[in-house]
Amino acid sequence: MSLSGDDQAVSTRNLTRKFGSFTAVDQVTMDIGRGEICGFLGPNGAGKTTTIRMLCGILAPTSGSGSVLGYDIFRESEQIKKHLGYMSQKFSLYEDLSVRENLDFYSALYEIPGRDRSGRIAEMVAMAGLAGRERELVANLSGGWKQRLALGCAIVARPSIIFLDEPTSGVSPTSRRHFFNIIQGLANQGITVIVATHFMDEAERCGKIAFISNGRLLALDSPDRLKATALDGWLVELEVAGGVNRIGDIEALPYVRECSLHGPLLHVLLESESRMASLEGFIGVAPRPITPSLEDVFIALAKRSRVAAGTDGV
Amino acid sequence: MSRILAVIKKEFLQMRRDRLTLGIVFALPLVQLLLFGYAIQTEVKHISTVVFDQSLSPESRDLTDSFTASGYFDVTSTANSYTAVTRMIDSGQAKVGIIYPPDFAENLKKGVPAQVQVVVDASDNMVASQAVAVANSIGLIKSQQVLFQRARLQSAPYDVRVRPWYNPDGITAYYMVPAILGIIVTMTMVMMTSVAIVRERERGTLEQLIVTPLKSYELMIGKVAPSIVLGYAQITVALLVGALVFRVPIRGSLLQLYLLTLFFITASLGLGVLISNIAKTQMQAMQMSFFVLLPSILLSGFMFPREAMPKVIYYIGAVIPLTYYLQIIRGIVLKGIGFPYLIGQVTALLIFSAIFMGIAILKFQKKIA
Repeated sequence: MSLSGDDQAVSTRNLTRKFGSFTAVDQVTMDIGRGEICGFLGPNGAGKTTTIRMLCGILAPTSGSGSVLGYDIFRESEQIKKHLGYMSQKFSLYEDLSVRENLDFYSALYEIPGRDRSGRIAEMVAMAGLAGRERELVANLSGGWKQRLALGCAIVARPSIIFLDEPTSGVSPTSRRHFFNIIQGLANQGITVIVATHFMDEAERCGKIAFISNGRLLALDSPDRLKATALDGWLVELEVAGGVNRIGDIEALPYVRECSLHGPLLHVLLESESRMASLEGFIGVAPRPITPSLEDVFIALAKRSRVAAGTDGV
Repeated sequence: MSRILAVIKKEFLQMRRDRLTLGIVFALPLVQLLLFGYAIQTEVKHISTVVFDQSLSPESRDLTDSFTASGYFDVTSTANSYTAVTRMIDSGQAKVGIIYPPDFAENLKKGVPAQVQVVVDASDNMVASQAVAVANSIGLIKSQQVLFQRARLQSAPYDVRVRPWYNPDGITAYYMVPAILGIIVTMTMVMMTSVAIVRERERGTLEQLIVTPLKSYELMIGKVAPSIVLGYAQITVALLVGALVFRVPIRGSLLQLYLLTLFFITASLGLGVLISNIAKTQMQAMQMSFFVLLPSILLSGFMFPREAMPKVIYYIGAVIPLTYYLQIIRGIVLKGIGFPYLIGQVTALLIFSAIFMGIAILKFQKKIA
């Protein structure tokens, strides 16, 4: 059963997982190329973790098919495990072991040959910024260091693909940025990185984004292409005094698709570029065309999917 | 193999850091043996006794002396009414009451059966059965003496000679110490392993292990192997205490004892691993361990002889590993027998080990759900 060949790092067809009557992942079909950073973006409970667990071979899919690095996720999960790194949101380290002992343990599990081991471990220690602290117990490390050490344990065997399940939850913004720089470095070396997140700024740095909501894959594309295509219309920004009170009026206009508040500004989605003049005439302020943010894209996609499913309350 | 070694090394490192658990593992045999070894005495002596003597004769005093001389009865008080005796037994001040009627001495002289009433507080079964047995035999012996004199006999028609083998002096510690050793080992092994895997699940490290190439049997062996070492360390401590403090003779081969103990350890570990596969939290694992250990203590023949149990209970005892180990260790330590006599018991422990470990490995699949 060859899906789409070895050129794809991840490839799924109608991948589904049900827990009782609840469908956590619903018919997900996607292809992710090798060496890409792909962000799984979506709210909590959207199905990101379940998808990652199925791809790692630690959770059996209910139906559908999939392959990782060309290995079938049903039959060859043990093969996949030799080539993947995985990091859960809990930073699953042994708190009662030292930095060095944790790395030692994982290097042995991946059977890294003895002559490479100390070099590899030193590399991971340096990456985590823990040089000189190898003997410290993990319990004494703070969030950012724990997170980078967990990553070190996950990639000490130089996997071809890394799955990171919300790796930056609960660490400081500085640590988050630092961590993402490391991830980008790994991708530059040709490693495929799949990272679940709900931070838009992290998503912006991904080569590809998979929008997941209610178990369904809403879109899978580069951030730029998503911004360019996902919105059906022309997005402008308005600087109006007392903007909140005008949303109703603006939304009532026949050529306005959507109007939302972004800080002190209003974002208005127009039918087309040609309607800018009409809007200026109505409100008395010149609208400025803007590139949509990923948040705009996500809101629009989620709304469209709710409308399609007929569950939109409004 | 190298992955198993990695798990073993990790387990030992964690064990070394967990000083409290390690301390308990070594202190347990020490404290338990000293406590149990000294406290558990199935032979009840010095039972407090109240005497209500209405006869006040040399004969009644002579019989009372026989009671005290046996060592089982201590006359702690005298009473002057039946109600006083009742009060003392009700209040627990005395466990046994001896009541002589006024005509005791006269009856004895006349050759009419001289009645003595011995009241026993049977709310404590152990004390009661001992008191009843000794009181009866004192009665018999005294009667015998009188009959001999009357019949002018030199010796009794029957000469039954009882020889209690293996423990001629009936020293309780000889019997208890090896058994306590079994209890301690099974307790430690079951609890430690049952908690070991559940802890990894609770902390999320199990999820991390599952995505590595580590195989389930490798994880099981790696987790269990360090406990075997610990089990042997415990046994050594317990045997030393038994031999040095309680002077328990080790009549059989120490080497055989150590070898055959392995199967008991593996059976206990298998049970622990099985529990850890079912339990979701460390708390549940602990509770399940207790659920398993209590019947082991009660039904294995540690506390009560299995021969006295109803058939159903007797057979329940037959599916408890400790039952067989008690036969092995008492056999080797006290009776000095060896493997050829213990094949049945060893086979039983092997079967337990295989079943428990087998189910555990099958049940533990490398999946989250």
